[in-house]
Amino acid sequence: MKLVESLGQMLVRLIEYLQNRLKTVVWACCGVLALLILCDVVIKLPHLHSDEPWFEKLPVFWSIFGFIGCALIIILSKWYGHAGIMTREDYYGPEEGEKAPPHHHD
Amino acid sequence: MTPFWLHPSLILIFGALLLPLVPARLKRGFLVLVPLGVFARVLTMSQGTFGEVHVLDWALVFGRVDALSQVFGYIMALMCILGTLYGLHVKEDTQHIAAWFYVAGSIGAIYAGDFIVLFLFWELMAFSSVFLIWFRRRPQSLGAGFRYLLVHVAGGLALLGGMVWHCKTQGSWAFIQLDVHNPTPAIYLIMVGFILNAAVPPLHAWLPDAYGEATFNGSVFMCAFTTKTAVYALCRGFAGMEILVPLGVAMALYGVIYAVLENDCRRLLAYHIISQVGYMVAGVGLGTQMAVNGACAHAFAHILYKGLLFMGCGSVLHMTGESRFTELGGLWKKMPLAFVFTLIGGLSISAFPLFSGFVSKSMIVSAGFEEKKLWVGFLLLLASAGTFLHTGLKVPYFIWFGKNKPKPEVWNRAAEPPANMNIAMAITSFLCIFIGCYPVWLYRMLPYPDEAMKYLPQVYSSYHISETLQILLFTGLGFFLLLKKLVPDPTISLDMDWFYRMGGRAFLWVARKPVQIADTFVGELYRLAGLVPLMITASVAGIFDNRIIDGFVDGLAESIRGIGQRLRWAQRGQMQESLAFAFVVAAVLIVGFVFYWSR
Repeated sequence: MKLVESLGQMLVRLIEYLQNRLKTVVWACCGVLALLILCDVVIKLPHLHSDEPWFEKLPVFWSIFGFIGCALIIILSKWYGHAGIMTREDYYGPEEGEKAPPHHHD
Repeated sequence: MTPFWLHPSLILIFGALLLPLVPARLKRGFLVLVPLGVFARVLTMSQGTFGEVHVLDWALVFGRVDALSQVFGYIMALMCILGTLYGLHVKEDTQHIAAWFYVAGSIGAIYAGDFIVLFLFWELMAFSSVFLIWFRRRPQSLGAGFRYLLVHVAGGLALLGGMVWHCKTQGSWAFIQLDVHNPTPAIYLIMVGFILNAAVPPLHAWLPDAYGEATFNGSVFMCAFTTKTAVYALCRGFAGMEILVPLGVAMALYGVIYAVLENDCRRLLAYHIISQVGYMVAGVGLGTQMAVNGACAHAFAHILYKGLLFMGCGSVLHMTGESRFTELGGLWKKMPLAFVFTLIGGLSISAFPLFSGFVSKSMIVSAGFEEKKLWVGFLLLLASAGTFLHTGLKVPYFIWFGKNKPKPEVWNRAAEPPANMNIAMAITSFLCIFIGCYPVWLYRMLPYPDEAMKYLPQVYSSYHISETLQILLFTGLGFFLLLKKLVPDPTISLDMDWFYRMGGRAFLWVARKPVQIADTFVGELYRLAGLVPLMITASVAGIFDNRIIDGFVDGLAESIRGIGQRLRWAQRGQMQESLAFAFVVAAVLIVGFVFYWSR
């Protein structure tokens, strides 16, 4: 258990260290994104499939795909949820709903 | 009868039966030893057909050991060790017994060579796993368990009907690749039985319902066995069944959409099982060697990382008593190790390079592109972005970080879980990274190892790494930009279970309403015909009224109230028992009918 505690303390200190330098962390992440784009545009990476499909020829295609895909998933799902799918926790009644506080149990 | 062949499930079943007799001080050792014994047995089995038993006219095969069954048998036995280790401190023997019977059912179904043995173990799985839900002992666990059982009995019926029909027309009970290019109604029925267990929409709602409600370690078992045994069965019988491709892709996206809306972390993970099994189902539908390899590899990797994720979230539930995002937050100070383990699970499921999902998921996506089915590849990659969004980012962020502050009673209880849980999570984390860094270990076990080894150079090609990182990291950017939209609401989401949860009530409402009207009417009649005339003609008709009219109306009202009472009784658990009974009767009828009809 001592090992677990000291490992845990190390992690807590690491997270605190990063949280105190949040701006630097954010800039570092932006740097990584920029580097990824740069790699894709400047260096022509050998492609995955035997016959290169059209989309693999487009620079930064997958970056745009990831970003737009993420936004689409969030916006469309939320729209769907608010169209009547999301409802109160005791919808199925107090006994069957998820309202009752879960109790600690082994 | 062939010479005795030790079935790995037999070790588990005997172990489970002996468990209550083991002295308390030896219990933990026994709990570790039995799954280790099963794993050792799986490792030492040579390929071939074993355990043939002749019953009546049937030749039952309990042990068909080949590359396909071995890769699934291997991972199931491994997961049994990890799952038992995770719940090692649970004092209740019955929980371990239920879990081991459940695993025995799964391993038995995997090594089954014919439909009869497959069905027996298939049902053993359903009937033993339901206890993992009931043992949570919340009022809603009982309902969730009954719904789980009912859905699985219905699926079992479809499977039973299909297999009896199929076998009577084919003249053989052997469970081999079915003629998926000319599917008969019997083949479709078998498929329905399988895809219900694989949680293919619209037959999926049992999964989040049950897995969100099971005990903290029950879910760790459940997330591994039922759906992946179904994936095995699909790989065995339905490789190349085209309808599975759109179904699988739809699943992959469906799970992602519901995960956005979900407020309970374990239900979110359950929706991601649907999404991930979607990849496997699509892989089976594509049916090429690479796609089937991909389905098996992804099932293998998925069992480990999903087990790890359920262990991480299960430890939060176990320690704090909460699994809802709106009640959690900022736990990094209290449970930093559980955070790291869950993050490793999240990175694995998101297919980050050097983690297990990266070497398995890409096989299926590549198979889609190679088959010139671009839409399959694109939509699966879109689902992959959604996976990272939720499991890689949303789960760790809203439990361990976020602006939300948990209630004092939740916060004060939060602490690192017991050592055995940490050890289980550490081993599983190691395996997730090991597979990601050394995919050869997994690829050699696959049904078509040569094909898998041909794919190996592509996995860590610079283009694949760049493609994956671009998708994932820009999804991450989207997450932080749209973070406000992702803050969970204290809601539940309606799903397909609405139909049977509310449908049953509508039926009861219709049945009860006329009775209530009659009851009110008779009550009114009693008041008018009994009390009002009594006041007017009290002195004249007192004796007559008291002895005859009252007696009659009282009796009538009593009997109507009695009927109402019985209907109210039927609305509780007993109603579900009646339904279960109806399913059993239907099973008998189907078998009888098919035997008679196909004679």
